[in-house]
Amino acid sequence: MLLTKRIPMKVMQEKGRNMRNSTISIVGSRKTKRISETIAHHIFTICAFFAVLGVASITVYMIINGTPALAKVGILELLFGSDWSPTAANPRYGILYVIFTSIIGTTLAILIGVPVGVLSAVFLADVAPKKLVAVVKPAVELLAGIPSVIYGLLGIMILNPLMYRLELALFKGSATHQFTGGSNLISAVLVLAVMILPTVINISESSLRAVPDQLKAASLAVGASKIQTIFKVQIPAAKSGIITAVVLGVGRAIGEAMAISLVAGSSVNFPLPFNSVRFLTTAIVSEMGYAADTHREVLFTIGLVLFGFIMMINTILTKLLKKGNRNDD
Amino acid sequence: MTDLSIMKKNKRITDQLIYMIIYISAAISVLLIAGIICYVFMKGINTVNWEFLTNVTSVLKDTSGIAGNIVNTLYIIVITLLIATPIGIGSAIYLNEYAKPGKLVRLIEFTTETLAGIPSIIFGLFGMVFFGIALGFGYSILTGSLTLTLMILPLITRNTQEALKTVPESYRSGALGLGTTKWYMIRTILLPSAMPGIITGIILAVGRIVGESAALLFTAGSGYYLPKSGQLFGKVLESGGTLSVQLYLNMSKGQYEIAFGIATVLLIIVLIINFMTRLLTRKFDVSRKK
Amino acid sequence: MKKNITRMLMLCMIPVLALGLAACKNNSSVDSPSQSSSSALSGKITMAGSTSMEKLSNSLVEAFMEENSSVTVTAEFTGSSAGVESLLADSVDVGNASRNLKDSETGAGAVENIVAIDGVAVVVNPDNPIEDLTKDQLISIYKGEIADWSEVGGLNEPIVVVGREAGSGTRGAFEELLEIEDECQYALELDSTGTVVAKVASTAGAIGYISLDMVDETVKAVKLDGVEASAEKIKAGDYFLSRPFVMATKGEISEQNELVQAMFEYIYSDAGKELVESVGLIAVD
Repeated sequence: MLLTKRIPMKVMQEKGRNMRNSTISIVGSRKTKRISETIAHHIFTICAFFAVLGVASITVYMIINGTPALAKVGILELLFGSDWSPTAANPRYGILYVIFTSIIGTTLAILIGVPVGVLSAVFLADVAPKKLVAVVKPAVELLAGIPSVIYGLLGIMILNPLMYRLELALFKGSATHQFTGGSNLISAVLVLAVMILPTVINISESSLRAVPDQLKAASLAVGASKIQTIFKVQIPAAKSGIITAVVLGVGRAIGEAMAISLVAGSSVNFPLPFNSVRFLTTAIVSEMGYAADTHREVLFTIGLVLFGFIMMINTILTKLLKKGNRNDD
Repeated sequence: MTDLSIMKKNKRITDQLIYMIIYISAAISVLLIAGIICYVFMKGINTVNWEFLTNVTSVLKDTSGIAGNIVNTLYIIVITLLIATPIGIGSAIYLNEYAKPGKLVRLIEFTTETLAGIPSIIFGLFGMVFFGIALGFGYSILTGSLTLTLMILPLITRNTQEALKTVPESYRSGALGLGTTKWYMIRTILLPSAMPGIITGIILAVGRIVGESAALLFTAGSGYYLPKSGQLFGKVLESGGTLSVQLYLNMSKGQYEIAFGIATVLLIIVLIINFMTRLLTRKFDVSRKK
Repeated sequence: MKKNITRMLMLCMIPVLALGLAACKNNSSVDSPSQSSSSALSGKITMAGSTSMEKLSNSLVEAFMEENSSVTVTAEFTGSSAGVESLLADSVDVGNASRNLKDSETGAGAVENIVAIDGVAVVVNPDNPIEDLTKDQLISIYKGEIADWSEVGGLNEPIVVVGREAGSGTRGAFEELLEIEDECQYALELDSTGTVVAKVASTAGAIGYISLDMVDETVKAVKLDGVEASAEKIKAGDYFLSRPFVMATKGEISEQNELVQAMFEYIYSDAGKELVESVGLIAVD
């Protein structure tokens, strides 16, 4: 823009005179230029390494604080023990059930949320009339941005009472079931599924829309029906975007702590649908404030496990993405 | 062969079924989304009035309001942006303009992506133990801001990078050809041209900050009093609960009317942020097309 | 284009500034009557700890800040054990605990300063017809041996056993007084007194234990062995579930800085005792 603006001749001459006198001349004051240049260069390099520093310090901190517990309590007892009683006279730190809960809970949330999300994205991108899209799309974007605690609030107000009624009906007269008043695995899974819906819908919809019209037109021209076009041509073409959406959804689901801490219960149990359960994240939240010594180290180990899971999922899914892209080329 | 002839548009049963599934999924999503927004507004709009927004919750005076929380949220937004924006922009400038593609750049980009994927609770854990205890800031807005800086750094870096990439190469070579130095070119030509994209990134970061609660609960604490006159800067070292944190606390204590009031306020804030982002992206795109 | 952005940013700042001014006006109109003589003190006091002590802490903080307008007191509610730990780690000036301090804590330098006596009330959902429980019935319920309200004379509905998290002072006091440490079978371990109130109030068949000063109309406090939970009964020694509210300091009060000393002076003064009674607790002499 600077070079194409029409500048009157007088101003140009003025500018030329000024340029000759100021320090940005290409012939004079090279030294001050050089110093400010190198300073700027160094500052930017330092800035860039902040990200590396950040990740490095978090990883190092987690490892330093998380591994002593592994040694003290023993990897087998810690990761594969099912008895979690950190404040008993003889403390036990088995987080097996907690790990199971996170895995099962997140998987269920994804299984529910992703298909509904992707199909809704298909609806918005291809099937819905324009007016409906104009109303629904901003609503989806709004929901993608609200704090996750609001989902937790709705879970408590609406889901928990419903779940309690279901629980009472299903387990009437049961001698072995411990009643939880509606805070259980299913409530948490449903809250997570609803939470990842807006993210999945948003990104899937943009990638579906980004598929070139020629592809769709060509498919319809050779006689495929609209549904065939969507599922055999459009979705594969938007695959990388949809996988990104799934990755982000998984990340959000596995990392969510506040929204589900009040709907999931908080006792450590095997993750059956109607049991009060604890996730890796809620385990950290509920005890972070007061854990001491070994207890705190175990919390860091939980954080480390969580960290490990996320890195694993990210790497696997990114590799899938890269492989997919390479196949398309 | 006859089924697939383009002359005979056979309405296949599977197609109909799939259409139905799509409509059902979409209906579920739309009803959920509309339901959530309406429910929150309906339950909260009665609580939100001028007193709610300008009073502080007080046991002795028997008032309740979120003025303290609003001020805390503003403090956290401002301080986090003050720290994170220069670092994020500097980072993006380095990656785009100075660095040569290779292992180093890939390492930095990989770590930035990783940082973006770490769940907020781990940031909270790290922030509490590192900034709060090890560095001794305790429960304070400063601790919260430093923790949040780590969280939104990838956001700002990525958005600035995208913005810088859209500046045409001719601007850079033109400036360098005229004899300017790199830093001069960056600060007078690149940054102003990329500014809308950068601002979009900042606004998105603000949205993220407002919605964050897990990372702040144990770093910035839950204080809700207004700063006393003359203590505007000292407030940074005191504990301050933001709107999201206060929402969580009210929710866990069963004070649902206040909780829904805060939820409504947050919804309105997100609406405004979305609106501003959309406005800026449209301006950004239109000017590029020129 | 840059001008438009600047204009928009300016527009956004106006409502923010307006809010700030209005809030400040509210605040200052509240501050002006308190031109007391002890406003020579200035500085910061930090407290952390028990959620049961939230009402007392907040009232104390407000009253103290009104008397001393240049002092800021903040209180975090993280749980009794967390509060004492923060105290010992030098992160806060005062650690609030709703139980007596453990030997490990006093051994590390924490000094127990009892500021009030509180009762632990056992509450049930208001729709529950039960009025009275014996000590043994309570123990059996929390150990999981009795699972249905019909077994103690109530309706035919399952008992939802609600308790606090492991570091809670209320839980520590409750389990210690009933001598059932490590034997409780909780359906839910919630992390603050307020959460327990909310859960019991909204779940038929729930039972929980909370601080006496948090009992409100949304829950029903049951009598234990025929004795109702009230301040008088606790003072008379009839209600057996009572525990101290401790504001621990690292070292004696006389060793603290003058702000903390002033605060403790206030608590132990007549005005402080009045405050304690006004929130439903029992003052110590």
